[in-house]
Amino acid sequence: MEEIRIQNISKDFDGFLAVDGVDLTIRSGELFSFLGPSGCGKTTLLRMIAGFETPQRGNIFIGDEDITDLPPYKRPVNTIFQNYSLFPHMTVWDNVAFGLKIRKVPLPEIQSRVSEMLQLVKMEDQSAKYPAQMSGGQKQRVAIARALINKPKVLLLDEPLAALDLKLRQHMLIELMNIHDAVGITFIYVTHDQGEAMSISDRVAVMDKGKVVQAGPPDDIYERPASIFSAYFIGETNLITGQVIGIEDEYIQLRCNMGDGEFFEIDSTFHFRPEVGQQLTVSLRPEKIAISRNKPRIQDDINVLKGSIEDILYLGSHTQYIVTVGKLKFRVFSQHKRVYFDDTALDWDEEVWLFWHDTDSWLIDEMPDEAAYASESMVHPPRFGKREQSRNIAEEQ
Amino acid sequence: MKLPRLSSFFKGMNLTVFTFVMIFLYIPILILIIFSFNDARIITSWKGFTFKYYAQLWENAAIKEAFWNTMLIAILSTVISTLLGLITALGLENKRLKGRRGFMGLLYAPLVIPDILMGVSLALLFNFLRVNTGMVTVLIAHITFCVSYAVIVIQSRLEDFDYSLIEAAMDLGAKPRTTFFKVKLPLIMPGVIAAALLSFTLSIDDFIITFFTSGRGFDTLPIYVEGTIRRGTITTINSLSTLMIGFTLFLVVFTKRIRKSLISFF
Repeated sequence: MEEIRIQNISKDFDGFLAVDGVDLTIRSGELFSFLGPSGCGKTTLLRMIAGFETPQRGNIFIGDEDITDLPPYKRPVNTIFQNYSLFPHMTVWDNVAFGLKIRKVPLPEIQSRVSEMLQLVKMEDQSAKYPAQMSGGQKQRVAIARALINKPKVLLLDEPLAALDLKLRQHMLIELMNIHDAVGITFIYVTHDQGEAMSISDRVAVMDKGKVVQAGPPDDIYERPASIFSAYFIGETNLITGQVIGIEDEYIQLRCNMGDGEFFEIDSTFHFRPEVGQQLTVSLRPEKIAISRNKPRIQDDINVLKGSIEDILYLGSHTQYIVTVGKLKFRVFSQHKRVYFDDTALDWDEEVWLFWHDTDSWLIDEMPDEAAYASESMVHPPRFGKREQSRNIAEEQ
Repeated sequence: MKLPRLSSFFKGMNLTVFTFVMIFLYIPILILIIFSFNDARIITSWKGFTFKYYAQLWENAAIKEAFWNTMLIAILSTVISTLLGLITALGLENKRLKGRRGFMGLLYAPLVIPDILMGVSLALLFNFLRVNTGMVTVLIAHITFCVSYAVIVIQSRLEDFDYSLIEAAMDLGAKPRTTFFKVKLPLIMPGVIAAALLSFTLSIDDFIITFFTSGRGFDTLPIYVEGTIRRGTITTINSLSTLMIGFTLFLVVFTKRIRKSLISFF
């Protein structure tokens, strides 16, 4: 098994640059995800690896072999399509056997390998059924068996779970991981669902506008986002902008505008050396902020802010608070609704204190593009209208 | 409660209309079948039961010849126009093809042009080219109008074709040729068979265009029937028509089965 090297790949669709100079190396045996919003070029990149699209520029290697110009039927690669694409005129058995029949594998071997594959995906008792007689999850399993029977070096999965309902999706995700462990080949998984990508992948490439914004293990991308886009797209975050007013050995001080002419100061550790006077963005994950009715006793009141609760969204496993500080809105996750000795829950419009540790924030050397994100109110948590409305949203979730 | 009364009124109306339609459709056919067993030279009176005219039919060489001519033309024009239609429909799949719309317009034209116009223009063409009318000209004429129907039927099948299946086949190692014969053709086969059945029916049935392109000495059944009625001997025609009705009924009843077995054959 060999690694996949994607070198400076670009693809242009009639003037629309779908993939823009992507460089990636996918290690052998890895479960690698392309993650990004629709139109970010992830599917195009996958289709170029499969051979359905030809790049205008760049090369794709599997091991030492340049597969850039090979037709799909000559590549050691198989694909799981989004809508499964099972052959409707063939039974499960014939669908799975298709690749081997094409290669003129002797019948006894086909029989043993098909039953082995159907066993792997737990479909051995359904081999006489036609695709139309099966549920989405079953079709998915057949599609996996049909692809893996050819012993590809790489399995490509194009949003394979998008058509399944939530429970089945979670179940199939675990199943996919088990299958990956069982066959040990490289999986490339395309999804727009960050939860899927985070939970299944060894490494993730976050894509935006045809480019890879960041590639790395899921926790790395979550904890240490390289750009505002990856901070925003993976999970939820508070983005605070400010000016560097002081640099100590281990942390910097930032002066942040509350939006109403007032300022507050925060401390943060840093992983690159900013300059005094520089404008920066701080990404602060909502679960890292503590919320309290009483003012926390912290020396010099570092990273302690006073605000008022604008909205409460009870989400079962946690509660989300929208807290206004000046004109800024902070999103705060708290695992329990009631955290106080007097057993009273925080209420709307209540004055609260927010605080966090200076190692929990992450500096990003970039300023948010207000125009691009204005509609999604990324810089500040989204503004919700009336309380009823926010309750509805919570219920929908 | 006015509503139920209204609906029962419509129910009654429906039944009446239905009955009349059925009467007008099937009574003539029923009469034809009954009178094909009538032992009389004229149609107006019942003179007793006989198989005489069926026997006459069997002995009549001209009818037999016309029957085989019809079959020959139908089978040949079906095969040729279905193949041509398949190739044309596949060619027209390419949406970037230049002049695609114009070409499709030309294909649809024979569907709306009156048969008599088609017949006359073909006759003029053959005359102009100094081609002797006969089997070949009839065959050409039949292919001409069958192709349009074949293309349209096959095209409609191609329209709901899921192209990711082609990609899936190629992904699994099938070269374009194998992909076509193992995946695409089997999946559009119902359309191809429907096109073939339609062509066959149209060809057997056609009178006007055949009339203008057959010339003397090459009769198909419809032409022969018309000629015989013109000469006034209607009795054998009754029995011939009854047989044809039987054949058509057989086709209708077994179409599903025929299609299924044809599909599984491919």
